[in-house]
Amino acid sequence: MAGLTLPPRAAAAAAPPAVGQDPPWVRALVLTAVVGFIGLFLFAPLAMVFVGALSKGVGPVLHALAQPDSLSAIGLTLLVAAIAVPVNAVFGVCAAWAVAKHSFPGKAFLITLIDLPFSVSPVVAGLIFVLIFGLQGWFGSWLSDHDVKIIFAAPGIILATIFVTFPFVARELIPLMQAQGVDEEEAAATLGATGLQTFWRVTTPNIRWGLFYGVLLCNARAMGEFGAVSVVSGHIRGQTDTMPLHVEILYNEYDFVGAFSVAALLCLLAVVTLALKALVEALEPQFLESGAPRHGV
Amino acid sequence: MVSLAPDAPLTGAAPLTRRSLFRRRSAVPGFGLTLGITLLVLSLIVLIPLSSVAIKAAGMGWPDFAAAAFSTRALDAYRLSFGAALIGAGINGVFGALTAWALVRYRFPGRTLLNGLVDLPFALPTAVAGIALATLYAPNGLFGSALAKAGIKSAYSPLGVVIALTFVGLPFVVRTVEPVLRDLSTDVEEASATLGAGRLQTIARVVAPALIPAWLTGFALAFARGVGEYGSVIFIAGNMPFKTEIAPLLITMQLEQFDYASASAIAVVMLGVSFLLLFLINAIQAWSRRHEG
Amino acid sequence: MAYDRPDAPETDVNAGPAPDLAASNRDAPSRAPTPDASAPAAITLDHVSKQFARFPALRDVALAVQPGELLAVVGPSGSGKTTLLRLIAGLEFPDQGRILFGDEDVTLAKASDRRVGFVFQQYALFKHMSVARNVAFGLDVRRRDRPNRKHRDARVAELLKLVELEGLAKRYPMQLSGGQRQRVALARALAVSPRVLLLDEPFGALDATVRKSLRRELRRIHDATQVTTVFITHDQEEALELADRVVVLNQGRIEQVGVPEEILSRPATAFVAGFVGQANVFDGEVRAEVFEAAGMRLPAEGVADGPAQAYIRADQFALGDAANEDGGGLEVLVRRAPPCTGLVRLEVDLEGRLFEAALPRREGFATPAAGDRLRLKVVGGRVFSSPA
Repeated sequence: MAGLTLPPRAAAAAAPPAVGQDPPWVRALVLTAVVGFIGLFLFAPLAMVFVGALSKGVGPVLHALAQPDSLSAIGLTLLVAAIAVPVNAVFGVCAAWAVAKHSFPGKAFLITLIDLPFSVSPVVAGLIFVLIFGLQGWFGSWLSDHDVKIIFAAPGIILATIFVTFPFVARELIPLMQAQGVDEEEAAATLGATGLQTFWRVTTPNIRWGLFYGVLLCNARAMGEFGAVSVVSGHIRGQTDTMPLHVEILYNEYDFVGAFSVAALLCLLAVVTLALKALVEALEPQFLESGAPRHGV
Repeated sequence: MVSLAPDAPLTGAAPLTRRSLFRRRSAVPGFGLTLGITLLVLSLIVLIPLSSVAIKAAGMGWPDFAAAAFSTRALDAYRLSFGAALIGAGINGVFGALTAWALVRYRFPGRTLLNGLVDLPFALPTAVAGIALATLYAPNGLFGSALAKAGIKSAYSPLGVVIALTFVGLPFVVRTVEPVLRDLSTDVEEASATLGAGRLQTIARVVAPALIPAWLTGFALAFARGVGEYGSVIFIAGNMPFKTEIAPLLITMQLEQFDYASASAIAVVMLGVSFLLLFLINAIQAWSRRHEG
Repeated sequence: MAYDRPDAPETDVNAGPAPDLAASNRDAPSRAPTPDASAPAAITLDHVSKQFARFPALRDVALAVQPGELLAVVGPSGSGKTTLLRLIAGLEFPDQGRILFGDEDVTLAKASDRRVGFVFQQYALFKHMSVARNVAFGLDVRRRDRPNRKHRDARVAELLKLVELEGLAKRYPMQLSGGQRQRVALARALAVSPRVLLLDEPFGALDATVRKSLRRELRRIHDATQVTTVFITHDQEEALELADRVVVLNQGRIEQVGVPEEILSRPATAFVAGFVGQANVFDGEVRAEVFEAAGMRLPAEGVADGPAQAYIRADQFALGDAANEDGGGLEVLVRRAPPCTGLVRLEVDLEGRLFEAALPRREGFATPAAGDRLRLKVVGGRVFSSPA
């Protein structure tokens, strides 16, 4: 029986690490690699933007942002997001309701189709709208006859943005609503609630954080989209330039302070997005558990 | 001996025949409406527009298509896009898995900050990342000058493309592996240890197999994202035809010359690869679901 | 509906001026007549079938639930219990057959139009609403006859009193124990003055002691409200203890409907005998209406000759009288005699066949020990022909 007697308490200090815990040197090695990698690839570029913008002080930054072209780019970006995000939010809620609260044949295939825009190069996303609405496109001659401009104008930018941000909200809500099941909706039905009453009073409170999260990411991407927008915008300064496109123009004109100033503004958007996301996760820890792996931006 | 209840009903017949397809399916309302909206918007925004590329390319005829889609310049562009995306995804595969491990298993100061930073490529506009990376790795930049001293050209070379694609693909592996690792309770590791396995054996035989489907999914997502990436690459790549020109850039080049057919041909090749990857990702996930029971 | 009657007990006690909302707000025609022998059944399932993608869940089920009765549906998992309940509630719809509430055909009526009270297995409480809001939900979503705030709050208070949760109105479901959640779910379902109350495994998720006390609660609340109630359970003991009548369901078919006593003493089928009584099963043969198995002879009236099985519950054995031996006398060897209260439960061996016997404790009778030899006689049990 001697083999079963416990070692004295004092020996615990010298005991090997508990199962599932790495020895200190492994830990140190992993952490060094991780911090180095994140620092090099993520922190450095982030810092670079602010350093680049503030290299000559705050004055030039404000000056660059106050330029009419910058202001118009900011305005267009806000307009695009103000249309694309609600469209995708409504779509996302509808799609998640149909997919997560009901079963029907072809459901898995439908989810794949909803995810499709994640797998399409942004440039191709722009191209498809040029092929449809461009001068040589399907509706090109009809549109020019009626003097409607879609490509090289705001509508094209909005369409391309809706395309690339299409899956965000749906992708966030589908796993969440699937995990929540239909019990509460059925309970509401037996208590006499109509479909809309059930949705507003029962479902919405349960999905609000997931919806917020999806809208947050959707908005970040909508404001930051570059490739797709670049193809359909036509780069007309002061008219069809969004903020990311304006960054490119300024950068290519060697106006680095200007480019980094607009970039810094977009960076702030990203940082605020990430901070809000962290806040949601801190406030609603169970929300993090209930979702599927959240990927695909 | 079976006698039904004395109060068993009244009418003997079953008057209700099997209902049509439109019979009520579920007590949760709104199925028809929401599915209708979903299919409508999906068709208008995604499916019909996407078909335009295929239709355009199909109208070219095979010789023209092949000439545009498989020209030397296009082949070089694919090689760069796919090659750099593969290397980027590989780098992320290694460091992403380590990052997920550190985030789940270790408690250390700055962990929250690190956790937040991981999502930066999801939130930061690609053009912003592009100019930041280009400035850092330019020959006179902070990292570029150091690398130049060592004789390595980073920006305006294929290495620059790899750097940009590593940046954009970074969150994928971390965010797919992390939840699986978190759900993988230490129980199984303890069970493995009580059965006499060493630490490395436990990791190799118990932990790693459980993570592989998620890891593969993350890898494939990072790769797919890298293949199509545009904004963060064009600033750092140098964009020299045959050398540092990625496939999406080649499409925009064709578009600027109003050669929509050639642009569509290249787009079709890229879409084909994207769909193949999407199919692969779904297959991996279906496979892992089957194994998780 | 009986709950709507102004003279319903309990609801009026000390309620003072609190009006019976249900009675004052409901239009008269929808009120059911007071239960009497000639009244139509509260719920009629008229040869209902329901098929899911892979398997038939209910096959040609015919059942009438009487007004005001407390009906239990028992059966093993997968027997179609939950489907039966969901069909009544309008959460699923039958492929064949009709469902009537009184003489109103509700086969295709939406759940929200049926005015049923449904208590879900996991309660399905609205997590983001307080207890009071949960209970008030069914009143708040009314399109017609929505009670005003004062009436609603009075009704909620009345119901919380009924389920003995007066102090917890402001709590949220997450802050409640399982038993308390169950009561909230019950109060919420009763708030709409349902025509019928349906409970899906109401005690399934609770531990043994809470289960016991909630069983009595349900009976008390049922007696107070007299609302027609159907509950399902996989626990036959629960069904027998609580219900006015019991329906035994197996593989989507009704095996037997009857009062508990009838189900227990006169099981209609071998399945009922095996499932409800957890009976010992003896394989044997019937010849000339006598069942014979190793060391055992039993009368088997009306059973055809051929292979058969005897179902004998543990409590259907008694100590045999050695001096006055009859045909049913069994010579058994006690294998295990664990200590217990109440009946003396023994594991005994009859010519190599192990089974359980529970004997009444008798004055002057030494509790048998393992290794003892006993003589038992059979004082009940049923014989069924073996399935072909």
